[in-house]
Amino acid sequence: MRKTNRANIPAALLSLALLMIWQAAAMGIQAAYILPSPLQVILRLWELRRPLFSAHLPATMTVVVVGLVLSVFLGLGLAILMDCYPAAEKALYPLIIASQTIPTTALAPLFVLWFGYGLWSKVLVTVLMTFFPITITVFDGFRSVKTEMTDLLFTFGANKQQIFWKLKFPTILPYFFSAIKMAIPLSIIGAAIGEWLGAQNGLGYFSRRMMTQLDGAGVFAPILLLSVVAMILVGIISIIEKRVLTWRGQ
Amino acid sequence: MLTFQDVSFQYKTEDSPLINHLSFSINKGEFVSIIGPSGCGKSTIFRLVNGLLKSAGGEIFVDKTNIKSQKHYCGYMPQQDMLFPWRSVAENVRLPLEIQGDLSNPEMDLRANQALIAVGLEEWGEKSPQELSGGMRQRAAFARTLLTGSDLLLLDEPFSALDYLTRLTMREWLLKQWEQERKTVLFITHDVEEALFLSNRILVAQNAPITHLQSFDVPSGYPRSMQTLQQPEMFALKEQLISMLRRDKL
Repeated sequence: MRKTNRANIPAALLSLALLMIWQAAAMGIQAAYILPSPLQVILRLWELRRPLFSAHLPATMTVVVVGLVLSVFLGLGLAILMDCYPAAEKALYPLIIASQTIPTTALAPLFVLWFGYGLWSKVLVTVLMTFFPITITVFDGFRSVKTEMTDLLFTFGANKQQIFWKLKFPTILPYFFSAIKMAIPLSIIGAAIGEWLGAQNGLGYFSRRMMTQLDGAGVFAPILLLSVVAMILVGIISIIEKRVLTWRGQ
Repeated sequence: MLTFQDVSFQYKTEDSPLINHLSFSINKGEFVSIIGPSGCGKSTIFRLVNGLLKSAGGEIFVDKTNIKSQKHYCGYMPQQDMLFPWRSVAENVRLPLEIQGDLSNPEMDLRANQALIAVGLEEWGEKSPQELSGGMRQRAAFARTLLTGSDLLLLDEPFSALDYLTRLTMREWLLKQWEQERKTVLFITHDVEEALFLSNRILVAQNAPITHLQSFDVPSGYPRSMQTLQQPEMFALKEQLISMLRRDKL
């Protein structure tokens, strides 16, 4: 058995145990509109596969992708700006931290008011939730660049641009991948919150609609789908990370 | 080759200067070691020469030209090898050439390969620096320093992190390299025996602030071996230097 497979055994066993507890609890309560069992959720997911996969998942993924791309640009831009200009760091850093004290769920209806039920109100919620870990983590990456290495390049006659591409960029790459792995689940949560509070389609919207119909399994089905999508995306990023950062951990 | 003319320097965080009106010179092709107690400012001298620090007063000349109007005039090798883990050994070695930007990629590869042959690492160019032993990493760092193309090499305790036996091998190796290349070497070390084994001349930095460097000619020609250190005049100089440093420490 491969080493990685063996390392996953405890997590798999714990997940199985939790699912069994959930199944037992649901069978005990006997009220699917309050707590559907995992089997009921999977069954409902299968029954609803057409609207979920053809309409609502693509709508949510559009919000996630657009939000994530904008967050990456914004996060990287802010981190680079703060690294290049200490004055920018002093001015921006407290504001970036403060932005995370704003309760996003409370702001989301306001975004709907401003931008309507279309894409951008949800994208804004997503960006607000995801740009922060990207900015802070990548900025930490910049701070981890060894002064001695910068000094060495300087003695070779390197300019700021060369120092960025030859030293800083490779140094921040592991931090960047960590940031993306953090940002993916957050962007999915952001999109779902946005859709939950005001949308015409999307998995968050669908989940809320099922709630009004007291369809417990129907509420859980899109949530389960969101979780699986988040895990798949994080898995893909982890594979890319391993391919790109072959030197990491050596 | 290198001339310090009335140079003074003070760190902003300190109350008094570390270097005060210091003057000394190094001749072309010499191997000169600087020894002195920790924190006396030996490495600061290097950082003034390679431009990482700016002197508060006085002038520094390399080849009779003020360093302020020069680029690529010295090769600097810090205490740690500073090999970038995301680059192969050969890619690390060619870094100064990439920064200078005067050569094509195949020419840079050729020069890097020649430098690796010179330091006996021709088989290791494609490997990752993590696969190299401590001594091999220092040799790779030395090859990188050679490729700065400078005639003046500043070696800042390059063997201090190595074990005793590797240090012995490395000092013999360095002497051989110097005899082949005949570059001007300024070498910082805490090890009096190492300084005696390698140098034409030893400069002793005494208590801070450094106002002068006391110069001692090493009473032996080249080639040298471990037995050279057993000669009575070498032994006498070793005793003299150690007692000077001890006095400073007390």
